[in-house]
Amino acid sequence: MNYAWNWGVLVQSPYLEWLGQGIAMTLAVSIAAWIIALGLGTLIGIVHSGASGMVRFATGSYINLFRNVPLLLQMFLWFFVVPELLPKAAGTWLKRDLPHPEVVTAIVALGLFTASRVAVQVAAGIASVPRGQSMAARASGFSTVQAYRLVLLPQAFRIVVPPLTSEFLTIFKNSSIALTIGVYELTAQTQKIQSFTYQGFEAFTAATVVYMTIALMVTTLMAIIERKTSIPGPTARG
Amino acid sequence: MSGFDVSVILGALPFLAKGLGLSLGLTAIAMIGGLALGLVIAIVRLSRFRVLATLAALYVNGFRAVPLILVIFWFYFLVPLLLGRPVGALYSVLIAFVMFEGAYYSEIIRAGLKSVRPGQWQAAQASGMSYLQAIRLVVLPQALRKMAPLMVTQGVVLFQDTSLVYVVSLHDFMTSASIVANTQNRIVELYVFAALVYFALCTAGSTLAQRLSSDRQRAH
Repeated sequence: MNYAWNWGVLVQSPYLEWLGQGIAMTLAVSIAAWIIALGLGTLIGIVHSGASGMVRFATGSYINLFRNVPLLLQMFLWFFVVPELLPKAAGTWLKRDLPHPEVVTAIVALGLFTASRVAVQVAAGIASVPRGQSMAARASGFSTVQAYRLVLLPQAFRIVVPPLTSEFLTIFKNSSIALTIGVYELTAQTQKIQSFTYQGFEAFTAATVVYMTIALMVTTLMAIIERKTSIPGPTARG
Repeated sequence: MSGFDVSVILGALPFLAKGLGLSLGLTAIAMIGGLALGLVIAIVRLSRFRVLATLAALYVNGFRAVPLILVIFWFYFLVPLLLGRPVGALYSVLIAFVMFEGAYYSEIIRAGLKSVRPGQWQAAQASGMSYLQAIRLVVLPQALRKMAPLMVTQGVVLFQDTSLVYVVSLHDFMTSASIVANTQNRIVELYVFAALVYFALCTAGSTLAQRLSSDRQRAH
């Protein structure tokens, strides 16, 4: 193998700045999308678990639609197709006047996509709370909202912490797909460094190390949350 | 934008079908290769060879921590360098997908092998079987039934992930749709059509996975 190593390229200007900007963009897109995903996904998951008829069909359709189309294509649909389908003024605003349209689109697309995955986990978490709990809540005279708020959700949220950890990890990785609509996040920046300097080893190693560090930090954070929120007693260890 | 023009899709069907063929072929090869590699990794991770088991764990956790696009870029850059000559995007992508999927499939297989009751392992060993014989003749056949739905689900995810070869300009279904969309200036038609095709195929896969998992529950 014929390769001229130059690790110094990573701390040279402007490549160091590119890396820093890439990391910042990956974190910003992922965390903003996670806020959408967590809020909307929790809401859809709760509604899906309790509803029947048309409402359940609607939440189920949302979940199936967003899970069965590739995220890359979803980004394209939001970025290229939706502005065409909207009324002319709104479409023009999206394309011309919205600041950083590619970043906003990436956040929305990633958030709505991940919301469907969060909804599945939340609905499964609520379903795994023993049935006697909801019966006991009913027997104590709780309304449906009270039963969810005071009995089912506090237990379900603890159950879904581990699967949500894995969704949170995945959102950082999936944010790399935003590069296809022109967002210069970490993977795009290292690819740019590679094509400018031909130091692919160094550039991709830097990206790999950063992603691994993010994964380690998320895992640690979620383990702390799991420990802090666990109910003391013999059933606490899941 | 003037109306939804179906004729542009019909005209491009042969080109799109060729792209879909590449997507499905890539899925099949990555699935078979990933399963084979995943099986080896899972067996090594559960074995008594500590050093090998640790290396296998590092492999799995490493691949699972990084995005698939980065893995594709890595191999696109690395494979020609290692071989000392250009090999084209397809071979780099194939290797990237097999190695990446191997990490994910190994986790499914490992969980499946671990879910078989310890008594089965002990009985196999008491009958004089070696570690590999016990896996092949006793544990794996039982684990397979539990793993089948998850393997199909992972296959659906994998099929969606093949769209990422867009970043190295391989003409899969997604990229073909994008090429027609831009050359014919029919963005809405092509991307909506592509979404419908992906949705139909992935829903079929998800339904199969659900049926496999409810069959298994009924059998118990």
